[in-house]
This record gives sequence, C-alpha cells and structure tokens, in this order.
Amino acid sequence: MYSCADLKKGLKLMIDGEPHVIAAFDFTKPGKGQALYKCKLRNMITGSLFDRTYRSGESFEPAALEDREMQYLYQDESGYVFMDNKNYEQVTLDEATLGDDKFFLRDNMDVKILLFNGRGIGITLPNFVNLRVTEADPWVKGDTAAGNNKPVTTESGYTLAVPPFVEAGDLIQIDTRTGDYVTRVKE
Amino acid sequence: MEPNWALARKRRNLEERARIMQSIRAFFIDRNYLEVETPHRLPGNAPEQHIDPVPSPPWFLHTSPELGMKRLLAAGYERIFQICRCWRQGERGRRHLPEYTMLEWYRAGCDYRSLMEECEDLFCALVPGRSLTLEGRAVDLSPPWERLTVAEAFSRHSDLTPQQALAAGRFDEIIALQIEPWLGRRRPTFLTEYPSACAALARLKPGNTEVAERFELYVAGVELANAFSELTDPAEQRRRFEKDEGARRAAGKPSVPLPEKFLAELETLPAAAGIALGIDRLVMLLCDLQTIDEVVAFTPEDL
Repeated sequence: MYSCADLKKGLKLMIDGEPHVIAAFDFTKPGKGQALYKCKLRNMITGSLFDRTYRSGESFEPAALEDREMQYLYQDESGYVFMDNKNYEQVTLDEATLGDDKFFLRDNMDVKILLFNGRGIGITLPNFVNLRVTEADPWVKGDTAAGNNKPVTTESGYTLAVPPFVEAGDLIQIDTRTGDYVTRVKE
Repeated sequence: MEPNWALARKRRNLEERARIMQSIRAFFIDRNYLEVETPHRLPGNAPEQHIDPVPSPPWFLHTSPELGMKRLLAAGYERIFQICRCWRQGERGRRHLPEYTMLEWYRAGCDYRSLMEECEDLFCALVPGRSLTLEGRAVDLSPPWERLTVAEAFSRHSDLTPQQALAAGRFDEIIALQIEPWLGRRRPTFLTEYPSACAALARLKPGNTEVAERFELYVAGVELANAFSELTDPAEQRRRFEKDEGARRAAGKPSVPLPEKFLAELETLPAAAGIALGIDRLVMLLCDLQTIDEVVAFTPEDL
C-alpha cells in the first residue's frame, strides 16, 4: 500500500478497480493546518482526467500492472506497434496514450510497455534520447550569457528550449521524463 | 561537459533573491531591529499537530526559530529579526520545500495590528513602484491592504461557518481549496481573527476569546506570512502544547519533549507580536514565478 508521502507525478494507483496515473501533483498546507495532497488523476483505460484531494493518513492500492520489455517496430494507421522479442507478441499503443513520448521514439528502441489485463496502456522510454536539431535560429555572435535560451525543432518535430549555441544539425540529448534539453552530443 | 544549464538559467532569479535579502536586512536595521541567530538544532520544537520536525539525533532541526527568538524577547531584546533556514519533514510541492528560508521578526510593546502595518511598509520598501504584475494581473500594494476576518472569508466562499468547518474536520481544506485562491488578488489580504482552536502560540482577543489575535498574509492566493500577538501566559501555553502533543501521539507521530526553558522564561515575555514570512515565496511573487524551484539554486531532487 502507498501512503500520502508516496504520492507524486507518475505514480500508478488502483481506484475503483481501474488503474490510474497521477498526471499532476501538488502538496499544499494552509497555515499551521493539515497537509493536503492535490492530484490530477488520469484513468489509464479511458483517459479521463479528474481532480482529487487526499489528506494525510489515507492509503492507496498500487495499480496491478505488468511492465514488459518490448521493442518499437513501426507506426501505422492503427498506432505505434511494439513487440516482445521473447515471444513475438505485439502490442499497439495509440497516439493519445503516447503523448509527447511519440517525439522520442526511435526505430528499434527498447522500451517498457505497461500492460493491464494484456492491453497496452502506457510506455516508459529510456531516460535519455539523442535527437538531431533540424530547425534553429542562428547563434547571434556575442550572445554568450549563460542562462539565455532559444527554441529549436528536432527531426521528430519536437520543439524545446536550448542554450543559444545549439545550431541546426547538432545532435542533442533530451531527458524523456521532463522533455528538457540536457547537453549537446559530440559525434 | 557543458556547464549545468538548468542551474545557469536561474541566474536572474538568484540575483533578485540576493537583492531582496539585502533590502530586507537594510529595512530592519534602519528600524533599529537587531539581527540575531539562534541554533538550528534543538532538543524539541514547539509541538504542532501538523508540522513534523526533521530528526537530527538525538535532537531535531528547528521548524521555526520562534522559541529562541521569544527567549531573547523575554530577556529584554525588544526588536529582533532573523533570516534562517528551517526544515519541515515531508513538505514538498509547488510552493513548499522541506528546507526553506524564513524571515522572522519580533517586537515588544505592540500587537498583531502593528505587524500588519510593518508588512505594508516592508513591501513598499522592496517594491518602490507599489505594484506587482502576477501572471498578467496587477496587484496594487498601496497601503492599507485588505483586512478580512476568517469568519467573513467563510461566509463569502463557503456554506459553513468556521466553527462548523472545524467540527466537521474540514477547516483546513476549505481554507486551502475554497478560500485561499481568492485572497490578495487585487491587493494583498490579511486574513485575521483565527478561531481559538487554531491559535497555536497566539494570544486570544481581549473581549472575544472565541478568536485569536493571529493573521496570515496572502498575495495573489499565495500564503506568505503568519503572525500573532504573542501569548505570554505560561500556564495557558503549556496546556496548548500538551493538547497538541497529545494529538501528535494519538496520530502515531513521534513524541517530542516540551520546551521547558522556553515555558519558564515566557513569564517575563513582554506584550509583543511576532511574524514568520517565507522568503522563497516572497521571491517567487516579486519575480512573478510559479514554482518555488525557480528561486533556489538547488531543490532536494537536484542533490
């Protein structure tokens, strides 16, 4: 069982017999009062979102999910197809389930697919992925101030903020958990 | 390896934070306050039902410098302030860090109303333009700010009275979820006259002991400070500590020793008022930032 102290973004809980993931989480506490744990929960089967606030002392059942190693094969009109290399079983995830993760998928990438009663309902990517920058404003000479940033677009169509020295053609590392730039990759 | 970019890009916020801290010190020094330091590690904090100290065996890290500050007041230091780190276990959210920076100031010979005026003066010193723009909305800082009692706030935003909410165990959640978001939107709000059950170390209001002389300051829905006219009755303070300590034990929380030296010296505490203000949240507001993570160099997750 989980307690309120375990609640955080990404935690998966069983509510009314269905798996839910915490999509957004905030801890709040008025004055000298009782702690409140504000969760935005997503039903992992229907995708519906709702808010719920818990108070310290409540407990939660972990979601009964299987996390299976699979490999990304291809995308077709049915969605994104993954295969278990041990038994060649295939699972398809739709675009909505992937969310921004679709920008970080590379061919043959090893991922973990979340299964609930045999059905794919979520994905865990490697923590870091390298993507090539395809569109970027040129580096303005003299803009060396640490902390400045500019938007760029990657080969997969993902847009993010990066330091000013990153240019089109550069390979950059992205943290798939936050979607943020990490570093330029030397080739 | 490239420099840590996430840290580098906080530079403007950290520079503003330093400027704010320096201005706060200048404000209090100019008003003849003495800057003091009290130990961060204590045998025990003031027992609070909903605040859990971080153990530092065999003692605890302080959750607030209040006990040491009030012992100084009781010994005749009439105007004192401190800026220090405080620790509260398990408090992590968009506006919470388990280790954060607190400004506390205490003044003899005044009550909580004088501290409201001093809050207004402090903001005017920090923001000479007397206006903030928060998420595109203007907040007017010109004094006097709104004074709203807890009872008035409940009648505006809830179907319950504060007493009914306390009886139903819903007081805190109504404050946090239904009332807070509305406070301090156009100009800052002092939420005042807390029910006596929520008095902690505050004096009850002479003439109306249903409520305590306590206020919380809100700006744009953000709780920024908590203040009291200080309770100076050692017997009453001991009763409240024992009640809170009992509630902690009943909830299965580790028990802490009562601060006996503080209780003994409370007898010589003059009429006084004191206030605790969260510096990190103040910097968030003055920089128009949405998360506390942006105003500190390192969060616990960065370590």
